[in-house]
Amino acid sequence: MDKKELITELKTIVTPYAQDPEALDNIGEDTDFIKDLKINSANLVDVVLDVEEKFGIEIDNDSMAKMLSVKAAIEIIEDKLAGVDRK
Amino acid sequence: MNNRVVITGLGVVSPNGTDLAQFRQAIRNGVSGIRHDPQLEKLLFSCQIAGKPVIDNERLQQYFKPLELRGLESTGIMYGVIAGLDAWKDAGLEPVDTDGTPDWDSGSVFGTGTSGIDKFREAIYKVDALEIRKLGSTVVAQTMNSGVNAYLSGKLGLGNQVCTNSSACATGAESILMAYERIKTGRAVKMLAGSTSDSGPYIWGGFDALKVCPYRYNDKPEKGCRPMSATASGFVPGSGAGAMVLETLESALDRGARIYAEILGGHVNSGGQRGSGTMTAPNSSGVQRCITMALKEAGVDKQEVDVINAHLTATSKDVTEIKNWVAVLERSGKDFPYINSIKGMIGHCISAAGSIESVASVLQLAEGFIFPNINCEDLHPDIEKLVDPARIPTVCLEQKFNILAKASFGFGDVNACIIFKRYEHG
Repeated sequence: MDKKELITELKTIVTPYAQDPEALDNIGEDTDFIKDLKINSANLVDVVLDVEEKFGIEIDNDSMAKMLSVKAAIEIIEDKLAGVDRK
Repeated sequence: MNNRVVITGLGVVSPNGTDLAQFRQAIRNGVSGIRHDPQLEKLLFSCQIAGKPVIDNERLQQYFKPLELRGLESTGIMYGVIAGLDAWKDAGLEPVDTDGTPDWDSGSVFGTGTSGIDKFREAIYKVDALEIRKLGSTVVAQTMNSGVNAYLSGKLGLGNQVCTNSSACATGAESILMAYERIKTGRAVKMLAGSTSDSGPYIWGGFDALKVCPYRYNDKPEKGCRPMSATASGFVPGSGAGAMVLETLESALDRGARIYAEILGGHVNSGGQRGSGTMTAPNSSGVQRCITMALKEAGVDKQEVDVINAHLTATSKDVTEIKNWVAVLERSGKDFPYINSIKGMIGHCISAAGSIESVASVLQLAEGFIFPNINCEDLHPDIEKLVDPARIPTVCLEQKFNILAKASFGFGDVNACIIFKRYEHG
C-alpha cells in the first residue's frame, strides 16, 4: 500500500472524529490530528483502535503517544506492517 | 431571595409514550406500556415483563451526533438526553451557540441510580479478558452517574450548577426540589430538572432476586402492575426519563413563556430506618412528616389538596401508603382527595419514577384532567375501608383543580413530596 492509499484509508478512519471539515478535505502528510482536524484528544484512542482494526496490527503505548499526525501514523502503520519495531 | 418558581417546559420518555404528545394521550386513556420482554425470559427471570420505552435510531439521530452514537450503550443517557432536550425546546429555549458564552444563569439537576449499566458490563468483560486497551474513549462518560448531565449541559451550554442526585426511587422528585431551591434562593434563573433510569436485565435483576416483582403475568403483561388492587403482587420494573424546565416567575413572564404550573414547595427527608423503616420499607412517621412539612412549606392547608399523585407501586405497602395519606390529611371516605398512580400503566421506573410521574402530575394540573388508575378494578378491601372508590378514578376525569401533592419514596427509607399548583394566567 503506497502513501496515497494509506492517507485515503486514514481519512476514512478519522472522518467521524474530525471537527474541521475543511482540514479533513485537505488532509495530507502534514495534517495534525488535534491542531488541524480538531479531533478531541480523548478520541485519539478511538482513532488508534480503528487503525488497529483496519490494518490488523497492534500499536504499543509508545507508538500510540507519537501518533498525533498523518505522517506519524503512516510511519507507525508501515513499520508495524513490515514487522519492524523502530525504537 | 424568595422567588416564585414555575414550570415552563416538559419532556418525557416513558414506556407508554416517548414524547409529550404520546404520553399525554396514553395517560388520559390508560394505555399500558408494559410488554413481555424476550431477553428477561431468556435469562430465566421470574418476572418477564417490563416497561421499556421504544426509541429508534432515527429518533436518536435527532439528539446525538453520529460520533456520540458510536458505542453508546447507556440507555439512561439516551432517555435523559431526549427528555431533557425536549423540555428545553418545549419551554421555547435554545441551546447556547457552540462558540458562545455558557448560560451562567441556567443549570441542571438530573438524577439517576446507575448509569450505562450495559456499557459497564461490556467494559468489565474487556478488562477481565485483558483487553483494557480496547475499551475506547467513552466508558467513563457513559458509566459515571453524572454522565446524563454531562451530555445535557454540553449540548445546551449550561453554566450554572450541573449536578446528578441519587436517592433511589425518590430521585426524580428530589431532583425537582433541588432545582426549585436553587431558583427560589436566587442562585439560578432557570434549571432543567429531571431523572433517568437504565433499562434491562442488569438493572432489574436485583429486584427480581428480591422477589418484589409479579411472576404470574408473563402472558398478560398489561395486567401485571396493579396498584391498590386486592391482587397486587409486586411492581413491574420500568425505565425512561422525565424532565421539566423550572424558572423564576419573573423570567417566565418577561419572555412570555407558557406556564404549566407553579411549585409552591416541598420536602425531602428520611425515616432513618427506625420504627417500621428498613432498607426496603418506609418508616410511616418519616413519610407522614415529609408530607406535613411539604404542605407547611407550600402554605397549603390539608383540605386544599385536590389530587394526590401517589408512589403506590403495587405491593403490600400500598395500604400503608394510603393509611399515611389519610393520617396526615385527616381526610377519608368521600372527603379524601382524588388519588392516582401511573405505575399500573408503566411500572416502576426506579430512579426515573419521580420525574416521569411529576410530568404526568403537571399535565393533569395544566390541562384539567385526572388520569385513570388501571388494574384496580378489584380495589383492595383495606383501601376501600379508608377511601371512597369514587376518589380512585378508573376512567379519565375531565376536571379542573388547583393543588396536587406528588410523593415518591425509596430504598434506604427516603421520602420526597412536592406541592404543585395550577397557574392562573393573567
